[in-house]
Amino acid sequence: MPPREGTYGLLAEFDTPGDLIRAARKARQDGWRRLDCYSPYPLEEAAEAIGFHRNKVPLLTLIGAMIGGAAMFSLETWISVLAFPLNIGGRPTYSWPAFLVPAYEWTILWAGLSAAYGMLALNGLPALYHPLFNAPNFRGRASMDKFFLCLEALDPKFDLQATKAYLEGFQPASVTEVEY
Amino acid sequence: MATSEVHIKDPGVDPATGEFKVIGPGQTFRSVTEKITRIVLTPHTPMSWFGLFGVAGAGVMMLLVALVWLLLKGVGIWGITQPVAWGFAIINFVWWIGIGHAGTLISAILLLFKQSWRNSINRFAEAMTIFAVICAALFPLIHVGRPWLGYWLLPLPLTMDVWPQFRSPLMWDCFAVSTYATISLVFWYIGMIPDLATMRDRAESRFAQYFYGLLSMGWRGSVRHWARYETSSLLLAGLATPLVLSVHSVISFDFAVAVLPGWHTTIFPPYFVAGAIYSGFAMVLTLAIPLRKFYHLEQIVTLRHIDNMGKIMLATGFIVAYGYAMEAFMAWYSADHWEAFTFWNRAFGPMGWSYWVLLCCNLFIPLTTLWSRKLRTSIPYMFVLSLVVNTGMWFERFVIIVTSLTRDFLPSSWGTYYPTKWDYMTYGGTLLLFLCLFLLFVRFLPMIPMSEVRTMLPGAEIKPKAAAEVGD
Repeated sequence: MPPREGTYGLLAEFDTPGDLIRAARKARQDGWRRLDCYSPYPLEEAAEAIGFHRNKVPLLTLIGAMIGGAAMFSLETWISVLAFPLNIGGRPTYSWPAFLVPAYEWTILWAGLSAAYGMLALNGLPALYHPLFNAPNFRGRASMDKFFLCLEALDPKFDLQATKAYLEGFQPASVTEVEY
Repeated sequence: MATSEVHIKDPGVDPATGEFKVIGPGQTFRSVTEKITRIVLTPHTPMSWFGLFGVAGAGVMMLLVALVWLLLKGVGIWGITQPVAWGFAIINFVWWIGIGHAGTLISAILLLFKQSWRNSINRFAEAMTIFAVICAALFPLIHVGRPWLGYWLLPLPLTMDVWPQFRSPLMWDCFAVSTYATISLVFWYIGMIPDLATMRDRAESRFAQYFYGLLSMGWRGSVRHWARYETSSLLLAGLATPLVLSVHSVISFDFAVAVLPGWHTTIFPPYFVAGAIYSGFAMVLTLAIPLRKFYHLEQIVTLRHIDNMGKIMLATGFIVAYGYAMEAFMAWYSADHWEAFTFWNRAFGPMGWSYWVLLCCNLFIPLTTLWSRKLRTSIPYMFVLSLVVNTGMWFERFVIIVTSLTRDFLPSSWGTYYPTKWDYMTYGGTLLLFLCLFLLFVRFLPMIPMSEVRTMLPGAEIKPKAAAEVGD
């Protein structure tokens, strides 16, 4: 991420998941698009509330699976038929049923690696720095027992004072300005 | 039956169902997080940890001695010879891989079936899988005789233009086990990232902050990230399920593809998989019972977990019993002279005692007593039983490998098998290597998935606004 100056966004802290979801849903309805919620465990309802319904991890996994299976099956065929044909008990060189086992394993291997690393890549991880960790209450509590809603400064509706007042309307435990 | 044996007033019992609660009463996000992170982040390592680690470390030294001597002298130092050329190395390989399978079952199959009680135990069950696979993978590697040529198993473009032979079950093993190890490791690590972020945020020393900070990859708990993370976990679970079933099936092909009586049978794949899960759950119990006691985790790994694992062992134990019964039945029904003789030789031959040990440990003791809820929730009984089943499953592999090989078609080629001290040292060494890795794991990584336990706590309920205001 390029170094920037100024405000990243405003961070509202909530004590319960219900409060966060209600606030996030309302903010989305009011036209906010650059916003995100943070929770210490998977909170599907909050993702729904900010309009995040689908992700590309399954597609990446499917592509990985097909590449893995096809790669291993072709490799086996090429080795056994062309590169190094061996007569094993008179079996045909292209004995495909035997090739299925490694191809099956590689399908799973590549699919699994695509699912795992694809998820990390789509999430923009690993990330060595993120401005949210500058908020003192975020660090330490977001990964334990607090729920956060962040309205980001990149949203055209963002205005430091007005947005702060808007977030106060949700009665959060606190509202913090987050610097880059 | 469920309610008559327990006290309804017991705070650990859910009055609605009469079952033990998955999480003990009175736990909050904070209490669970503190409990689990404190085990790792405390600067005071318990003396008993050092004591056990010393024992385990000595065991690893013993393993190293056995391995160095093996590399100097060759596999002749073991008891293997003709006709029993497989011996301890392959017995231990199959036994260790089988133990690993319960970890994947808990982390993947029970996730797909939405068995949320598994959340408390899945992390260390997965760790058990990885360490068991490490111990397992060691054996075929050293058994090939020249481990430094082990890379010949991989299809690498080598200068001598020799390629592997893909019709061989050894090759299938190589791909199955390496895939299994990789996917288990990735699944384990991905599952741990949010918890490593918690550790990073709670760590006080600079070193720990950097250590967990780098490992957690900058995880910040965005719900978009969580959504992709959940999809990815489900997909990995969906992939690990057919994988785990395939791994022990492929290992059983090592036997079933051969023409040896006692090995050449189609029941092997399902029977090996069920046996793997059976022994794996026994190992989870062997580890979980001392851990929850030592680290005071009784509120997180509750009697419900012990009870449920007992039930799964009962179910898989019966599948294993069906496998044994089918072997006996096919020995008679196939009308195959050698098959019938192999069965007779297993039960009443010179090594018949091992078959009866196996039946006692795997069938007679567990399958008669696991019906009782009182025994299933008795901690000392379940601990002893888990050791009994682990022993039984080791003998199952002994019986399959050794008794089948000692007496095959021609009486002139019959022989016997005596393991040497190097066999015992290698086997004992891997047991202690496993303990050593496990001790390092509980000391340095969060052994219970906090983020998953949080979803089961009362604080995770989403209350409507009116109720939230009244309730709080």
